[in-house]
Order: sequence, then C-alpha cells, then structure tokens
Amino acid sequence: MTHFLAAAGDAGEPWWIALIKAAIVINVVLFGFAYLTLLERKVMGRMQLRYGPNRAGPYGLLQPIADLMKLIRKESFFPAAAIDMLYIIAPFLAAFTALTTFSVIPWGPGWEIAGYQVNGYIADLPIALLLIFAVGSIGIYGFIIGGWASDSKFALLGSMRTCAQLVSYEVSLALSVLGVILMAGSLSLVEIVAAQDAEIWYVIPQIVGFVVFILAGTAETSRAPFDLPEAEQELVAGYHTEFGGMRFGLFSMAEYINLITLSGLAVTLFLGGWHGPWLPGPVWFLLKVFVLLFFFIWMRTTLPRLRYDQLMRFGWKVLLPVATVNAVVTALLVVWI
Amino acid sequence: MQPFGTLKGFGVTFKHIFKKPITQQYPEYKRPVYPRFRGRHRLHRHANGLEKCVGCSLCAAACPSDCIRVVAAENTPDHRVSAGERYARIYEINLSRCIFCGYCELACPFDAITLGNEFELSEYSRDDLIYTKEMLLAEPIKRVPIQDPDLYDTPIPAYKSSS
Repeated sequence: MTHFLAAAGDAGEPWWIALIKAAIVINVVLFGFAYLTLLERKVMGRMQLRYGPNRAGPYGLLQPIADLMKLIRKESFFPAAAIDMLYIIAPFLAAFTALTTFSVIPWGPGWEIAGYQVNGYIADLPIALLLIFAVGSIGIYGFIIGGWASDSKFALLGSMRTCAQLVSYEVSLALSVLGVILMAGSLSLVEIVAAQDAEIWYVIPQIVGFVVFILAGTAETSRAPFDLPEAEQELVAGYHTEFGGMRFGLFSMAEYINLITLSGLAVTLFLGGWHGPWLPGPVWFLLKVFVLLFFFIWMRTTLPRLRYDQLMRFGWKVLLPVATVNAVVTALLVVWI
Repeated sequence: MQPFGTLKGFGVTFKHIFKKPITQQYPEYKRPVYPRFRGRHRLHRHANGLEKCVGCSLCAAACPSDCIRVVAAENTPDHRVSAGERYARIYEINLSRCIFCGYCELACPFDAITLGNEFELSEYSRDDLIYTKEMLLAEPIKRVPIQDPDLYDTPIPAYKSSS
C-alpha cells in the first residue's frame, strides 16, 4: 500500500492530486460503462435495422440511468442453497478488480495546474503490465466463485467455461504483448507510450501481436464470438444466472469495464497511447478507445458464436503458436538489429 | 476463402447502420388492421334504434371460454328495447377471459354482436375488463386505422366484411 501510494505520488506530484485524479478517472470509467451499454444497444440495433432504446429521454440518452434505477430498486434475490459469503463477495471482487486495473493506464502528458505538478496517469508502476494481468486474473475468481457459490447447474457450467476459456486465452494474451515489452524495454505503460512516441506506433511492427491481443482480449472479456461462458441459448446467462438486481449489475459492470480497460490497454500498447496531432492527449486517448469499443460491438453483431471445441482449438493451436513465434522473432530482431 | 468471407460479413453489418430501420414506432404509428381483424366486441342496433340482440344466449353457449353472460327479460309494449320478444337485460363480456375467436359472432342469428377493430384494451384492474351492454353498444372511443377492404377482404362472398 505504501509502495502504491509512493508510486502514485512520484514525479513531484502531491499525493492528494493522485487521489482527485483517481476519483475523476473512476467516475469517467463508470460513466463510460453506462453509456457503453447504450452505445452497444444503439449500434447493434442499427446494424439489425432496429432503433435500439429510444424512449427514455431524447434519443434514449437516459436509458442507462433508467436501467440503473431498475437494478438498484430490484429485490435482492438470494438462492436458498447459495453459499452466502462467496455469493455476496463475488460481484464485488469482479467489479473491484475491473476498476483497479485502469489506474496504471496513462491518458495524458501531464500538466502544471496552479503551480502543482499533475501527471497524466494515476500510478506509474515499473511493473504496470504485470499488475494489470495479475489483478485481471484475480477478477476471474469473481466469475468462478460467483458461478459456483450460487448452486445452479447453469451457473456452474458457465463458470467452468469461463475458467477454461480465460485460462487458455490468458496465455496468448500475455505472449502477444511480449513483443511490445521487448521493443520498449520496459513494463511501465508510461514508458511504453513514450517509446512509441519516440519511435513508431507498435501496431505497425507488432501487427501480429496486435491481432492476437485483440482476439485473445475478446475471449478474455468473453464477448461474442467468444461468449461461450454466457451463451444464452445453452446456459441461460452463464455464471451470473442466479444473480439479480445490482449484484447482476456489478457483474455486468465488471465485464464492460474489463472491455474498456482492454481497449485502453490496446491503445496504450499498440496505438501510441494518448499521442496524436492537434488534439490534447486525453481526447486522443478517448477517441482511440472509442474506435476500439466500436470495433468490439461491430464484431459482436457480425460474427456467430464459436463451438466449444473450435474455441479451444483456436486458442491453443492457432493463437498460442502465432503469439509465441511473434515473441521469439521480435526478440531475435531486437537483439540483432 | 473463409477469412475474406468473414471480412465481407463485417462490411454487410457496417452498411446496415446507414439504412433506415424497419421498426414501426407503435404508439405514434398504429399499423392498420385488416378488415376482418377480430378485436373488441360491439353490439349493434337496428336503424330505428332498437337493439338487435334478443337475449337468446346462443353466443354464451358458443363461447369456448365462457366469458359472455346474458340475462334476458320480456319486452313490454311500453318498454320495448329490442325487435324480438325478449331483450338482453344484462349483457356482459369478460374480456380478460375472451380469446377473440369470433364464435359468438358466428352463433348470433341476428348479427347483433360482431368483433370490432379495437385491440388496445389494457386496464389497471380486472374489473374494468368486464364490458357491460352500454359499453358494447356505444361507439368505441379509440379508433384504429383499417387497411383498404378492397385489397384485403376475403374472397368468400358470404364472409365479406360489412365495414
């Protein structure tokens, strides 16, 4: 904890500015989550020749607020055979870890406001990338525990699938960013962004890594076409079948925020972070994240769900070798050139 | 080639963003019903103002869900309600049970009851769904647009829509 605070307050920045920034970033991310659900429903609707939600407020802009009110006011349903403690903790664990990972992603160059140094990130850890993967893996516990503790066969099957899928694709995800780490020579996201500004956006030399990262990331956030953990036609809703009200809301929040974090990470690692001409850094960052989020929604509308054996075969026999070869070739090139 | 087929799919979904949605915005736009649409019941009168219903209860007998209740009474010279010997003193349809099959319409020997076009029948209470004779005889308040009868009416002459 002290180390984290020290990291947050480094580079001449008072610790309370980091606290204010954390509050702002959390609220921006939560706001982004709320309107990402609306954006997804709207875009999916238009792609399917529907309007999507358009009743609550002008153009349906108040729909996320209405959904939130509905979820909060719902009865807190509780299966009789559920394991109390784990059942209650699971959604919080998922949502908490999802929110935590965003703290190390840089979104601006840093400013000097009223004589105070304000950095463009909450925390610059020397092991930021490792932290994201570590905390993300803890978040998976939320899904697995939630499905198991709710004592339902659908939830259990859903969490088993989540477990298998996330373990399989986490390997490819970690290997796909290895090339970036080798090229930048650092695990700190701030330094990776700086290295991209000095050289070139890593999406160009690391295009294979980028594609693998996006595909594995889609599976990691269990979005279509890799949404087997919550395949509605087979499993009702997957691991959160037995969760209702705001408990379900927290799971859903964790999923969407994981998607936002993944997009932010892809932007940071491959698309030059917050760098870009004319516009200020945070605007560029949000813009790039928005484009990636749109792509994820687009992919959800376009591609049908994979079969389970196809999913496993794709993960282990295609993505993993490709990511490994990419990492090895990058390592050789980095050493010899 | 499968990868290119996948990319083509992305193109198709993206193109559809710019097309006009086919959704009909229901409360603002009411889709016209067909002339023989079976909606809320209506009771009819003769041109001289007398009710067509004579209280024979054939509709109640034909009703599969048993939602029609008819209590008949004798017409007297100074209290003449219908054209026949008797009239329906009480005529109630419980629309929360009605399945809109139209058998009452078929059973009626005097065309006193027909199924109209109104389908917006929501109420806040079950009691409000019991329609009395006065409600069924009155002109419906809500009007539903009807498709062109010449285009959509039945080809069977005996079943031609009267409207």
